Amino acid sequence: MNTSLETASPAAVTQGLRRVAIDPVSRVEGHGKVTILLDANNHVQQVRLHIVEFRGFEKFIEGRPYWEVPVMVQRLCGICPVSHHLAASKAMDLIVGASPVTASADKIRRLMHYGQMLQSHALHFFHLSSPDLLFGFDSDVNRRNIVGVVQAHPEIATKGVMLRKFGQEVIRVTAGKRVHGTGSVPGGMNKHVSAEDRALLQRDVAQMTVWALEAVNIAKQLHAQNPALYNSFGSFRSNMLSLVRADGAMDLYDGVLRARDDKGQIIVDGANDQNYLDLIEESVKPWTYMKFPFLKSLGPDLGWYRVGPLARMQNCDFIPSPLAEAERREFIAWGQGEPIQATLAYHWARMIEMLHSIEVIKELLDDPAILSGDLMASGPRRRSGVGVIEAPRGTLIHHYEVGDDDLVTMCNLIVSTTHNNQAMNEAVRSVAREYLDGNELTEGLLNHIEVAIRAYDPCLSCATHALGQMPLDVALVGADGTLIDRVIKSQSGQLQRDLASAIGLPA
Amino acid sequence: MTIDRPAVAPVLVFGWGNLSRGDDALGPLCLEHLRDALAADSQVECLDDYQLQIEHALDLVRRQRVLFIDASLTCQTPFEVTLLEAAQDASFTTHAMSPQAVMQVFCTMRGESPPPCTLLAIRGERFELGEPPSADALANLAAAQKWALDWLRAPQVQRTPDCVV
Repeated sequence: MNTSLETASPAAVTQGLRRVAIDPVSRVEGHGKVTILLDANNHVQQVRLHIVEFRGFEKFIEGRPYWEVPVMVQRLCGICPVSHHLAASKAMDLIVGASPVTASADKIRRLMHYGQMLQSHALHFFHLSSPDLLFGFDSDVNRRNIVGVVQAHPEIATKGVMLRKFGQEVIRVTAGKRVHGTGSVPGGMNKHVSAEDRALLQRDVAQMTVWALEAVNIAKQLHAQNPALYNSFGSFRSNMLSLVRADGAMDLYDGVLRARDDKGQIIVDGANDQNYLDLIEESVKPWTYMKFPFLKSLGPDLGWYRVGPLARMQNCDFIPSPLAEAERREFIAWGQGEPIQATLAYHWARMIEMLHSIEVIKELLDDPAILSGDLMASGPRRRSGVGVIEAPRGTLIHHYEVGDDDLVTMCNLIVSTTHNNQAMNEAVRSVAREYLDGNELTEGLLNHIEVAIRAYDPCLSCATHALGQMPLDVALVGADGTLIDRVIKSQSGQLQRDLASAIGLPA
Repeated sequence: MTIDRPAVAPVLVFGWGNLSRGDDALGPLCLEHLRDALAADSQVECLDDYQLQIEHALDLVRRQRVLFIDASLTCQTPFEVTLLEAAQDASFTTHAMSPQAVMQVFCTMRGESPPPCTLLAIRGERFELGEPPSADALANLAAAQKWALDWLRAPQVQRTPDCVV
């Protein structure tokens, strides 16, 4: 690992380096910008993923009554509201002394969470990434979208819609509503699953399992058909962090923190999530609003890590469901004894997690505890609580302090995309070094950079608290500050060269 | 399939937006008003979400007509009404799709034209997290709500949109 991307100072520009800017990235939520610093020989020297907007999540939450928080945090992000709903609930459980929550509450929440995992992974793979993966990164942009997939592979696209819809239905029957769910509350849940809703879901779960298995096979075949590309594209060594169950099993809802180094050796294990601040620190860079978390024991240069499906797949010792565990073993074998560091392997791991989610959903639907049993627990009141959950994109941390007046006095959130901040920078740098050539910005380069970032399924609206549109703006700036080339890619995929207007890059 | 519900109301009203992002709340607020006003009307179903996505194409199945409601920074004041056509725009590539794109997903998935869909765009100005809707936006909302109720109560025959599969 190295951190040379952090050394892109203005002074470097005067030393014969120049910048390429890409702003922002399509099919990624939020507003991002990429700058690539070149040296005088046109070699990529440094890369930065900039975040250009900031809205204060924490200020939005502070001052509110604690019982409102699990509902209000869903409004932070329209993409992963359930993850915020449950992470906040877990933190507030500790505030109200509900540790642990009842068995029924735990299982209904898990059902909700795995439904969220399913619908999010289905959307990302089938509709945001499959156009790249099925048609190739250089294919016609007018074809490289979900409609193109529907036309060329209608059965794949339809299954993706159905899988996502099924996940949404799981959320509806557990959270109470399709959106703005109120099911999970500090101390437990406020409703059971109805027998009627359970029956509707049970009717479809076998079909969903078949389709999820097919999706794993698609991802697996993509790697098998082009191992050179899939193993090398955006590949770099990193540490990996995730929750695991106390016995080392994959657990996406609750557990202890585990980290492995870039050689796959466990370097942190069994860490209590309440003590995350002993484990993780965040550094701040002057050129982006998004922070850079790192493992304190290794420091900022060596301690950064990846989260999400790729990390979870390799951090756990096993997956506690048979179909997904068989697929995990095959995935691990692909690495031939080494950790899999390839960025595109996120897709394969993501589909194994989707299969696991279906298996967990099936098991929970068969559990009578979701239909009846105590829903609420309580105990001695506490001032502080931390809720950690494995959201679709990776580890999500909610930390609150609540005063005697029941109002939130402190809120700290570390979202999945922030954990992956440095990793996304590294992925873009790896791709840019391979595909950037000379003084011309090509559509192919833009596509490859987008593919690398998209593999992490970043939610920039979540990480930076911004919502935005997704045109693509790339500028090539010479060492003397001269704009050599600039390409603007509209939402419809049309490219336009524009050397007239300022690019407005931060230093 | 669970998703293929046996019986649906012939009219769907679908609003989207974030109640905590200033004027982005106009869509869900309008929907809440209509839901209350039409609570006894079994012919109308009101649904909402943070944003439109692919699976919402399934909510269009077996409808006779659909009213989409959203806040807009660019429409006329106080609101603008547009009869929609299915279209493959670039919103396919983001986490948030346009209603035209959702209609196109319906077309391509089912091989048939979607029901007639109308967009009610309500003029908004500010979309900041934690802000309430602005006074101007609320005035626009009131006018839009009145129009929407009249539209929903009036029997209408609308042309089925063209569909390119």
